[in-house]
Amino acid sequence: MPTFDLAECPLRDLNRALHEVTEGSNDITFDVLNPRGAHAVAVGVDAPIRVDVHGSVGYYCGGMNSEGVITVYGNAGPGVAENMMSGTVTIKGDASQYAGATGRGGLLVIDGNASSRCGISMKGIDIVVKGNIGHMSAFMAQSGNLVVLGDAGDALGDSLYEARLFVRGSVKSLGADCVQKEMREEHLILLQDLLDRAGFTDVSPNEFTRYGSARELYNFNIDNVDAY
Amino acid sequence: MCGIVGLFLKDKTLEPQLGAYLSEMLITMTDRGPDSAGIAIYGGERDGLGKITVQSAAPDEDFATLEADLGEALAKSVQLTIKASHAVISLPAECLDAARVKLAELRPGVTVMGSGESVEIYKEVGLPKDVSERFEVAAMTGSHGIGHTRMATESAVTTYGAHPFSTGPDQCLVHNGSLSNHNNLRRELIRDGITFETENDSEVAAAYLSNKLANGETLGEALESGLSDLDGFFTFVVGTKSGFGVLRDPIACKPAVMAETEQYVAFGSEYRALVNLPGIESARVWEPEPATVYFWEH
Repeated sequence: MPTFDLAECPLRDLNRALHEVTEGSNDITFDVLNPRGAHAVAVGVDAPIRVDVHGSVGYYCGGMNSEGVITVYGNAGPGVAENMMSGTVTIKGDASQYAGATGRGGLLVIDGNASSRCGISMKGIDIVVKGNIGHMSAFMAQSGNLVVLGDAGDALGDSLYEARLFVRGSVKSLGADCVQKEMREEHLILLQDLLDRAGFTDVSPNEFTRYGSARELYNFNIDNVDAY
Repeated sequence: MCGIVGLFLKDKTLEPQLGAYLSEMLITMTDRGPDSAGIAIYGGERDGLGKITVQSAAPDEDFATLEADLGEALAKSVQLTIKASHAVISLPAECLDAARVKLAELRPGVTVMGSGESVEIYKEVGLPKDVSERFEVAAMTGSHGIGHTRMATESAVTTYGAHPFSTGPDQCLVHNGSLSNHNNLRRELIRDGITFETENDSEVAAAYLSNKLANGETLGEALESGLSDLDGFFTFVVGTKSGFGVLRDPIACKPAVMAETEQYVAFGSEYRALVNLPGIESARVWEPEPATVYFWEH
């Protein structure tokens, strides 16, 4: 089990080692010590490896992750799991702004709070936040699921496309074209699966409210044809 | 992009290390602002004494006989401590205003960086490490201090465009972001009798807060007013003689991390800036909320 102490070795050594993992590699579990807020820890992972980061990280941790299972035992700076493709990124503390931005797949779990713009422009990623999320979360979110066990800040889901938003607590305000929607059986099943996968087994999907797009903003309105 | 750091000590036993912590925090933020760096440090006040921090492009010439010249002009005892391009003038507090007038006459090439009973301000162009070494920041002591590493956007890379900006007694401000209504606000403040040294947007924010304080608002109230009057992106850290405040605009794009223990309250643009502080592993670490005033006072 390779260990990288970032107090001793450059970040590039770690990321290079992670990128060099190929099918059949024996070392597929990595420990990272003393990240001390470093940027770009474990970005571009492209193999089913496990990376445990012991401490808080800075910008873009786990960015572009594909298949990796990355756990941060600390807080994460801006843009954690940005553009994730698949795999799982778990933050045991809080995450800063735009967590999971533009993510295309995989699961991002945040045990603490996420700040502003969580899931901005998400395109298929699933994000589960145990605490609260900040303002302008899921802005222009296209697909995927955002689950919040706590409260959501201002302008949730502004200019939303087809992502599904599930909030257990209060929502300070909804953004343009984001509306409350009926929770149907299919949503309860979907939500139960997301909660199970995130490891949050003591809450019921029935406690959540679903929000989604009213589809009035992004669809062409035939009444506007004269404008063209 | 810029870097901001701030450290407000609750535990007096850490005061001898304030400069060392602050300089380390500042240097960590070099990536965010390699153009210029500066610090404001509060401490060393003595009953009845005031301080003026001055800067000169020709310090050898300007500072050589300044102590004697200013002392004679004011007929008071004046002490000058030179640190590279800056010097701190200690003098009886009641002479502060008179001294500034005399300084302008005696040394037209000298710029006042700040004055008050407690604050000293040092800023220069160059890498934070070089700036910190030049002024021997690591050896400074005090109760609180703020620092800035600059990546210029709104005005030229000059000593005067560097932060902190001080526009009132013992007041200073550092800014990460850019204001969009600074020209209009500057015109309004000029009408109120405020003078400006630069074209810099952050100086306008500092002057705006100083003006509010001069009109009787507390720092908390002044920051609250700023939320409706200042337009643009900002994370501010401000210092007063006894206090330390933080404010982020409602959009809050500019990063901010805070940490608090029994011994201190610390601010960094990034967590990296805080990692060498004592007990950081067990500190309460959080991201300050947008449009929320944070303020601590001794």
